Amino acid sequence: MATRSPTTKSAQAQAAAGGTTKAWQIGRSHRKVDAMDRMRGVARYTDDLKLPGMLHAKIMRSPHAHANIKGIDTSRALNLEGVFAVVTGQDFKIPYGVIPWTPDENALAVNKVCHVGDGIAAVAATDEDTAIEAVNRIDVDYELLKAYFDPEEALMEGALQINPHAKRGNLSKNLILEFGDAARAVQNSQLVIEGDYFFCGTTHAALEPHCAVAQVDPNGLLTVWSATQVSHYLHRELAKVLELPAHKIRVIQPPLGGAFGGKSEPFDLEFCVAKLALITGRPVKLLYTREEVFYSHRGRHPMKMRYRTGFSREGKIQGVEARTIIDGGAYSSFGLVTTYYSGQLLCAPYDFPAYRFHSTRVYTNKPACGPKRGHGSVQPRFALEVQLDKAAVKLGIDPIDLRRRNDLGSHSTTINEFRIGSNGFLACLEAVERASQWKQRRAQLRYGCGLGVAGSTYISGTNYPIYPNDMPQAAVQICIDRSGRVRVFSGANDIGQGSDTMLAVITAQELGVELDDIRVLSADTDLCPVDLGAYSSRITLMVGNACLDAAHKLRKKVCAAVAKRWEIPATRITLVQRKAMDIEDPSHHIAIAEAFSWAEADHGLLGEVGSYNTPKEERHGTYRGGTIGASPAYSFTAHVAEVGVDEDTGVVEVKKIWVAHDCGRALSRKIVEGQMEGSVYMGFAEALFESHEVDPEHGGVHRGPSLLDYRLPTFADTPPIESLIIEAPDANGPYGAKEAGEGPLHPCIPAIANAIYDAVGIRMDHMPFDPPSVLAALDTRRASDMAGTTTRHPRPTGSATGPGRPA
Amino acid sequence: MLRLPPFDVATPATVAEVVRALEATPDARILAGGTDLLPNLKHRLERPPALISLARVTALRQVIDKDDDNAVRIGAGVSLSTLSTHPLVRGAFPSLCEAAERVASPIIRNMATLGGNVHLDTRCRYVNQTQFWRQGIGGCLKAEGDVCHVVPKGRNCVAALSSDCVPVIVALDGSIELVGPEGQRTIPAEAYFRADGLRHTVRVSNEVMTALILRKPAAYRRERYLKWTVRKSIDFPLLSVAMRFDLETEAPDAPVTAVRIVVGVLGAKPRLVGKLNAAIGMRFSDPKVADMISQAVHSQCRPLENIPYDAAYRRRMLQVYTHRAIQAMATQAATSPSQPGRR
Repeated sequence: MATRSPTTKSAQAQAAAGGTTKAWQIGRSHRKVDAMDRMRGVARYTDDLKLPGMLHAKIMRSPHAHANIKGIDTSRALNLEGVFAVVTGQDFKIPYGVIPWTPDENALAVNKVCHVGDGIAAVAATDEDTAIEAVNRIDVDYELLKAYFDPEEALMEGALQINPHAKRGNLSKNLILEFGDAARAVQNSQLVIEGDYFFCGTTHAALEPHCAVAQVDPNGLLTVWSATQVSHYLHRELAKVLELPAHKIRVIQPPLGGAFGGKSEPFDLEFCVAKLALITGRPVKLLYTREEVFYSHRGRHPMKMRYRTGFSREGKIQGVEARTIIDGGAYSSFGLVTTYYSGQLLCAPYDFPAYRFHSTRVYTNKPACGPKRGHGSVQPRFALEVQLDKAAVKLGIDPIDLRRRNDLGSHSTTINEFRIGSNGFLACLEAVERASQWKQRRAQLRYGCGLGVAGSTYISGTNYPIYPNDMPQAAVQICIDRSGRVRVFSGANDIGQGSDTMLAVITAQELGVELDDIRVLSADTDLCPVDLGAYSSRITLMVGNACLDAAHKLRKKVCAAVAKRWEIPATRITLVQRKAMDIEDPSHHIAIAEAFSWAEADHGLLGEVGSYNTPKEERHGTYRGGTIGASPAYSFTAHVAEVGVDEDTGVVEVKKIWVAHDCGRALSRKIVEGQMEGSVYMGFAEALFESHEVDPEHGGVHRGPSLLDYRLPTFADTPPIESLIIEAPDANGPYGAKEAGEGPLHPCIPAIANAIYDAVGIRMDHMPFDPPSVLAALDTRRASDMAGTTTRHPRPTGSATGPGRPA
Repeated sequence: MLRLPPFDVATPATVAEVVRALEATPDARILAGGTDLLPNLKHRLERPPALISLARVTALRQVIDKDDDNAVRIGAGVSLSTLSTHPLVRGAFPSLCEAAERVASPIIRNMATLGGNVHLDTRCRYVNQTQFWRQGIGGCLKAEGDVCHVVPKGRNCVAALSSDCVPVIVALDGSIELVGPEGQRTIPAEAYFRADGLRHTVRVSNEVMTALILRKPAAYRRERYLKWTVRKSIDFPLLSVAMRFDLETEAPDAPVTAVRIVVGVLGAKPRLVGKLNAAIGMRFSDPKVADMISQAVHSQCRPLENIPYDAAYRRRMLQVYTHRAIQAMATQAATSPSQPGRR
């Protein structure tokens, strides 16, 4: 069941498409609906909004990592000409948090600051320069406190409590879940691999800094434009913190310049502009500096992970034990979920007969960590996939074969009781194996060159929303009329991943029109149905299904109207190429606008709504927390990375990455490929370049909060990437589609780590794999080679002194 | 976005007017491409009352072949992209082109000038940050404070010379031409730089650099600029070594008659590596040349923790990359004889 030939795959896809038409739009490559606006520079980002009388706001931030605020004197700021208002934490006493169980943040600090960059006060003034000057005139009396930058130190007895809202000191979340007797299973295994891994923190670094504009109209409606990926949660939290009814607030997300999870919860600036607009009666704008983006963070958590994995002689996993310390920073953010994800999302694509994980998230005096592309599961995936590689070496099994032997298969249930539907993992492995010529080339590569493999799975949204409710998770409204044009209204946030285009593709497929005939109106809480936002890779599956629902209802109305006039059964009518057509006599057709007008005559104004809710029955665990991470459908990925390691400098050059991703069904191929390439780039960058760190020796300032010092690889550094789309359609996805935005990142880092081992025989268990760390590991290996305590690397090493090595 | 502080702008059209403007506003700063100055202003490292723009001083944008003097005069206002592709410079001083084309990115090189790169302010991880950031560490010798975070108890700022062109200019024995109220003076590049991160050149504030003078090679020459950064673009150098070998003949195994190795990104001053006399007379193709010189570089150069990359690693890499570069030059010389220099 798990392996499928390409022919049955496409047959299934057609079946999933309802068997109505051949791919009129689905599976083609499309220009994104917003591409021309972006390319011509006419897209208006949040910072491009300029409203009459608009004020500019700035936030005064703490230079200290941990301090009580004994007093704030804003009088010198207020007395400055051009300053309209100053707000402080006293104006935002209601705490918020994207996860309803952990509201532990205030829009501005109330009585204490918990990391360098914590907001203390906000100023609205006629222009930015005046606002900056006013910020410099705010006097704060601090009582400095000991700051904690190490999670284990923060957990020690007697440590000061960092977050004032925390319920258990500096413990943010402690979680133990056990499935079967993992310790015993590992103990009884023929091979036990133990390893300590460290994943450094990384951040999103979206090109567009966070920005928000607020305006209050004469009737009291507050409008907030924000570079957010979760308009709905922002809407909710604004209502809560500002104590306004939700119907008095409108949230609009203008075109976004990247997010990657870094804009998936409310931030201080949104509350500040709203409050300042309410106070002054003027529109207010606030744009973060790049440094503020780094301090707002919510990036990948640093994780210290200890893994014990038991294997049979044949390479079958017998049991997995994991102990993980998660460095959370000063606030919870999504941390409750992160803690679950650090263990819960690991149970596929491999079959775990027994599993136990213990994850502990801790508050520290650092910028808060949160969700970054592949939330919570990229770190443990790194550990697990390197564990598998170590086992393959010990057992003398090809690492791809070892992964095959552990494949969970489709229509299966994981050890933690998640229902897997379609599963194209084996096809992914096969695709990267073939494309990289794994077998032939791996046997022939010289010392210094290596190939590494890794696999993974990811969710397509979660079955349960962030806040418990019985309403649908997604809804779409579509209107058509006699002009032949189509309007799609959706609350989904297009963050560059192409969700507006995805909606246009589905609508065009169903209604037989071109993408150019469709206007997608999204992410405006006044005009669009509620959607929960762009996170957990939920939009294609959930909003796509809602859209398909609405579009399909309209299609039926149009087909019925045509069938009535042609006096043939509606099943003979199809809508393609801007026409309504008789399937049995394709020469018999009319323009789609005419078909729409017939339907309009029959039904009146043509509008339909569609909604989607997740399957809840038997899809998840029955234990406490068993719903967290359960998804309607799971994507699968495999990577092969090829590297060259310079023995004398420790520089790792990634020569190529092959990525195969099972997205169920590629609704729009170029966008899927783009997501795969973007994911690979991001993972590659984390593996070799990035580290989001504060400097404990200098009061906890960020080590380099700029795009100069936070070294993201440039275009010139990025390796060639070959994207291989695998389609194992899932019954729960629209046309079988699953996610493609986050899953393709996961195997990148361990594939590179495993390739480094293959090249030069060193294990990079700590990230990033920067040249000094790699060189240090090479030194250690060379020392033990000399001492005869390690087995030499199997590859021919060439000359004893490499080229350029000083004699 | 970070904001620039307010300042006046003067737009003189001649060098004489520039000097007059400098005299009229003593704390004014000269603005050429602005690719170094403007970010530093945004970081509030300086607050000059006025900027004196060189945009209209076209006389500074010429490259002149001074055949009579056997020299090339490169105007301070020549952009780095022009410099890196200029046929005359490319022919006579290929390592200078190499340095210019490794600066930052194409867009920045279109704006940035040779004069600006020569005067690129020294850089330090504890200085080249926002004012807010520096507040968190309490400032330092170079900005708002009186401590050094690189050398504990240090009283001398050790911010790093980060120009790509400067080590090459020193290696090529270039001279800096300045014009001030007292007229023109020309200073050998070797004497132009000072070991003080706060003021790392001998230029006084009412002088403007007008040109770089380079004497054409009198011997067959092999030269190279070596730069290493983590990324292949945009970064300031983490390692920077300019190398020049004068040879007796054009043959790859010709004896070395002179050698100059200059290392950047240590402290504020480029370091001329000494004690290389043992290389004189050795054949350029002799592997011992690379061994000897890379060892000298390693023992004489100690990178500091002033820029954000492990100093011990950078020191070790100075040796590795220098060795490789010399070996590559020797091999290249053997396979493709380069343009013989002018005798």
